[in-house]
Amino acid sequence: MKLKTLLLGAIASTALAPAAFAERGSDGHVNIIYWQAPSILNPYLSSGTKDIESASLVIEPLGRYDQDGALVAYLAEEIPTVENGGVSADLKSITWKLKSGLLWSDGSAVTSADVKFTADYCMDPAGGCAQLAKFEGVDSVEIIDDLTVTVTFGEAKPNPYGPFMGGQSPIIQMAQFENCTGAKAPECTDANFGPIGTGPFVVTDFRPNDVISMVANENYRDASKPAFATLTFKGGGSAMASGRAVLETGEFDYAWNLQLAPDVLAKMSEGGKGKTVAAFGTLVERIEMNMTDTSPDLPEGERGTVMHPHPFLSDVRVRKALSMAIDRELLVEIGYGQAGRATCNLVPAPLIYASDNTDCLIQDIEGAKALLEEAGYTVGSDGVREKDGVRLSMLYQTSTNAVRQDFQALIKQWWQEIGVESELRNINASVFFGGDPGSHDTFQRFYADVEMYANNFDGTDPESYLAQHTCDKAPKPESQWMGENMNRYCDPAYDALVAELGRTGELSKRGEIAKKLNDMLTKESYVVVPLVDRGRVSAHANSLGGVILNTWDSELWNVADWHRIK
Amino acid sequence: MTDLSNQTPLAPPRSQWLSVWDQLKKHKGALLGGGFLLFITLAVLLGPYIWTLDPQKIDYRARDFRPIYHALFDADAKTAWGNPLGTDQLGRDGLANLLAGGRTSMAVGWAAMLLTLFIGTLIGVVAGYFKKLDNPLMRLTDLFLSLPILPLLLVAVTLFRQPLHANFGPEGGMFILIVGIIGITSWMPTARIVRGDVLALKEREFVVAARSIGTQPGAMIWRHLLPNVISPIMVSATLGLAAAIITESALSFLGVGFPSDFPTWGKMLADAVQRMEEFPERVMLPGVAISLTVLSVNYLGDGLRDALDPRIRGR
Amino acid sequence: MLTFTIRRLLMSVPTLLFISLVIFLLLELAPGDPMAQVPLTVPPEVKEKMREALGLGQPMHIRFWKWLVQFFWIEPQVLIDHIFGTTYALGDLRVISWQTRSPVMDTVVQRIPQTLWVVGTAYIVGILIALPIGIYSAYRQYSVFDQCGTFITMVGFSIPPFFTGPLLIVIFSVQLGWFPFIYDTTHVVDDWDSFVQQLRQMILPVMVLSLQTTAQISRYMRASMLDNLNQDYVRTARAKGLSEAVVVMVHVLRNSMIPVVTVIALGMPAIFGGAIITEQIFSVNGIGAQLITALFANDLPTVQTLTFIFAILIVFFNLIADILYGLLDPRIRYD
Repeated sequence: MKLKTLLLGAIASTALAPAAFAERGSDGHVNIIYWQAPSILNPYLSSGTKDIESASLVIEPLGRYDQDGALVAYLAEEIPTVENGGVSADLKSITWKLKSGLLWSDGSAVTSADVKFTADYCMDPAGGCAQLAKFEGVDSVEIIDDLTVTVTFGEAKPNPYGPFMGGQSPIIQMAQFENCTGAKAPECTDANFGPIGTGPFVVTDFRPNDVISMVANENYRDASKPAFATLTFKGGGSAMASGRAVLETGEFDYAWNLQLAPDVLAKMSEGGKGKTVAAFGTLVERIEMNMTDTSPDLPEGERGTVMHPHPFLSDVRVRKALSMAIDRELLVEIGYGQAGRATCNLVPAPLIYASDNTDCLIQDIEGAKALLEEAGYTVGSDGVREKDGVRLSMLYQTSTNAVRQDFQALIKQWWQEIGVESELRNINASVFFGGDPGSHDTFQRFYADVEMYANNFDGTDPESYLAQHTCDKAPKPESQWMGENMNRYCDPAYDALVAELGRTGELSKRGEIAKKLNDMLTKESYVVVPLVDRGRVSAHANSLGGVILNTWDSELWNVADWHRIK
Repeated sequence: MTDLSNQTPLAPPRSQWLSVWDQLKKHKGALLGGGFLLFITLAVLLGPYIWTLDPQKIDYRARDFRPIYHALFDADAKTAWGNPLGTDQLGRDGLANLLAGGRTSMAVGWAAMLLTLFIGTLIGVVAGYFKKLDNPLMRLTDLFLSLPILPLLLVAVTLFRQPLHANFGPEGGMFILIVGIIGITSWMPTARIVRGDVLALKEREFVVAARSIGTQPGAMIWRHLLPNVISPIMVSATLGLAAAIITESALSFLGVGFPSDFPTWGKMLADAVQRMEEFPERVMLPGVAISLTVLSVNYLGDGLRDALDPRIRGR
Repeated sequence: MLTFTIRRLLMSVPTLLFISLVIFLLLELAPGDPMAQVPLTVPPEVKEKMREALGLGQPMHIRFWKWLVQFFWIEPQVLIDHIFGTTYALGDLRVISWQTRSPVMDTVVQRIPQTLWVVGTAYIVGILIALPIGIYSAYRQYSVFDQCGTFITMVGFSIPPFFTGPLLIVIFSVQLGWFPFIYDTTHVVDDWDSFVQQLRQMILPVMVLSLQTTAQISRYMRASMLDNLNQDYVRTARAKGLSEAVVVMVHVLRNSMIPVVTVIALGMPAIFGGAIITEQIFSVNGIGAQLITALFANDLPTVQTLTFIFAILIVFFNLIADILYGLLDPRIRYD
């Protein structure tokens, strides 16, 4: 009954929707709050989510991902594919065609020169572009005619949708940024704070790390949109405060990413002023196992390198037992509620890449104990298992975050039940996720036995994400501890399969390989122990219509369709 | 009256400290404060031996229990005699946490407060009394006042965590680090206040008189100056205790404090703020514990100050 | 006194230079990375390029020298240009934030109004409440007023703003709906209504902040008054037949002000420095919020500049306090 009413309501609101935003600016003002404040509106100079998403109100890419991860044309006429001839058969080039008649908010025409300039701007060697990875492998960007550009790659690119796709890679205006390339990029404060764009809104006032005021773009391509005449984008505070402002007091219309405990969020929703929306992407909270010995007794330079394998975590049975002892469903219930799903996979989505591995979902304390017995670890006098003087005692580190600390406490208890002792440590996120080669406390340095954090991949293709676990990506002293293979996992078969993935263009074949790679890291070796597939919860006021939460692109991707429900 | 030589004194000559004690006994606030302080100290010291539930033990089936008194006005409330003060969101026992947390908070609070007072008073008196040292010491104070706390903490952790961890264990090492950090970052106000008072005091007649009869600087400071700056020091002590207990929780929020499963009053309070409306007891219990401790130190300090002042004592 | 002031002012130049060096070294030594908040999806090679673009590849002493030049030479020129419309600083590189890629001082200037409104008001309100409470509590020691005052101030001080802030929000914003709790920094005060609106949005953070100030200052005021009320000169003054008001408010108060002046002077830099936790709870986004976001983002130029501005204020207000000592108690001689 309730579901039915809901559905009917949804149908009714979509049916009424066109009437509601028949005219640009007819719905007055909308307030958005992000608890992280945007510092700049140029995504090429900062890759913070807050910066990319606030910029997405103003500047747009050629195409975006929709809420299901499918590609949707924005400034482009259509999404180029091999089928429609937009992508060459050898996968080495992609040709984009702009919609005709597009105007910048200052009234000038959008041309292919702007698209080419965008690529040049980011690929300038002195610029320190934050989105350089999007342009990886690009050989050249050529202007074919006023509305057409061709991007040529050095090698075959099975996923050619890096440049100009998604919120990270929007088109900027050549006229505005012409003198801001390379080392001069940060000097153009006015341009970085108020880019001229094609999006539904135009910046009138930007206060870094505080608030942005915007008005509707007079030259937006759809004459009836956006429905709101003005917009305030407030930043700062806490997830708690922004949730409250939307759900309890109604001061704001939209709050981003409410990372709050499920019971807290549920209590807030009782306020009745708004509702929460959730969606899932590829973010997975996981425990990473260290395959090397990080004992402080080892000399610096050898500590935490492949020279010394971990005394007990190098045994796959121990790793498997640790994974079996965890009750993922309970972790979800306590930490994430509707914004989480228990998972055993490193790549939880999209469907063609997600393995069907669900073995780990059932907690099995007895099985874990038996496995440790089998591996030869017997319970010592203090309840901690040991074998030949090696005690199952670990340092378990993560970043400072209320949910992570609750997880640590729970997992510590389960591990204690199977006879594994752990010391907990939490490190300030700005140190933990920083790459300071001088610090012992970074997640790359990994001077601990296990560590917990979350990671995901951009867009819908997991190739570079899975390639992070190849042998050569292990952080080591020679590379200043840079690298993404935190576990120092090294398996030649894995490396070979990653190389094969890079050569494969056919989608179903890629899916198969990616699933195999995912399984090698998780259920076959337990080097990475996925815990929770973390979705995102945002909230909007009851009176705000048209919100479709999207985790594959900017959350504000369809802000032009937002309107006031009357 | 006639035979004076027979008359023995009714009481032996009283020591100064005895009369201080006599005066203190008459001070109701001081007695109450002292009594409560003794009670809470004993409770956190001995409590964990009587209430033996492990504060870190998670029982997620028994999570979010309300304190037992809730059953009085809400028969449906989740309560259990096994958890008289309820449990938190992971099912850890409230009473056990309050006791264990109190132990840490009291230890950190007192140690850090005493360290702060010691450094602050020492620097303040020396700077105020010795003119030559005034400028360098006060510029040092300016320097410490200007240092940004967070980077300082991170540097201290980087440099000292490993050696302290190795020598004193994870908790002992952290304790020393935290007390040290709070101590060296909060002595400056005390030093400036004490110095200001000493600057004025040392021009007073009694000090000039004492100097003219050749009192040595050490004796001068100890006998004449310190007793006269005792009241601002007492205020610093009470404020310092509260500040230290709260600062400790801020440190663990920054990831520099005790391991996350190690309860302290400040941390319990900080964790409970999110669920303040639903579970007010979780903020009230540690909040009241901190406030009462600080209040009792304050009253005890008031009483002590009155008792130490010979002018009031005479009355 | 004048020579003392001049000497101290001259002294403060090397002091401040030394402080700036210590701050710089401390920030260098602290672990952290401006790339820490960059999403993990950005590969390490790209991060390395971004670091280079920030100038992190240069040796330490060059970066310190650059900052000194920018702060002491170029920024004042920018100020002069701004006031007189000249163009001395045209084209010179100013102190640039790593987060916003814009001049740090521009953001500071943008944020000073809200910090002064909220933190400044709270401080003044705090002092105005604290002084009478302290004086009267001491004058009527152990009266009901004194006991209540003690209770409220001590409880107020031992309960941290991270608790009082949300508590006030729940009561006044969520339950009663009287005041907004997200501070609107774009609000312009130009008439009576907008002024009332400004007061409404200020009231909660001001309450939280002034509670702390009141507690601290009133305790010192009370203690110091108590010390002086029993002095011989008070008896003499009363014996001379001076009215009670004159005795307390002139003689005793003046002699009791030294510790209070110290505490007030120590708190003054915080007016400009903002209040980190309270600003964050109410999204005031003043200078305190700027400092904390810069710290978490490891935005060293911003942190260095802000801490150094605080250092200047600290040195300055401590100098003022020292001068005030001399005025309050003419026996204090520095020369």
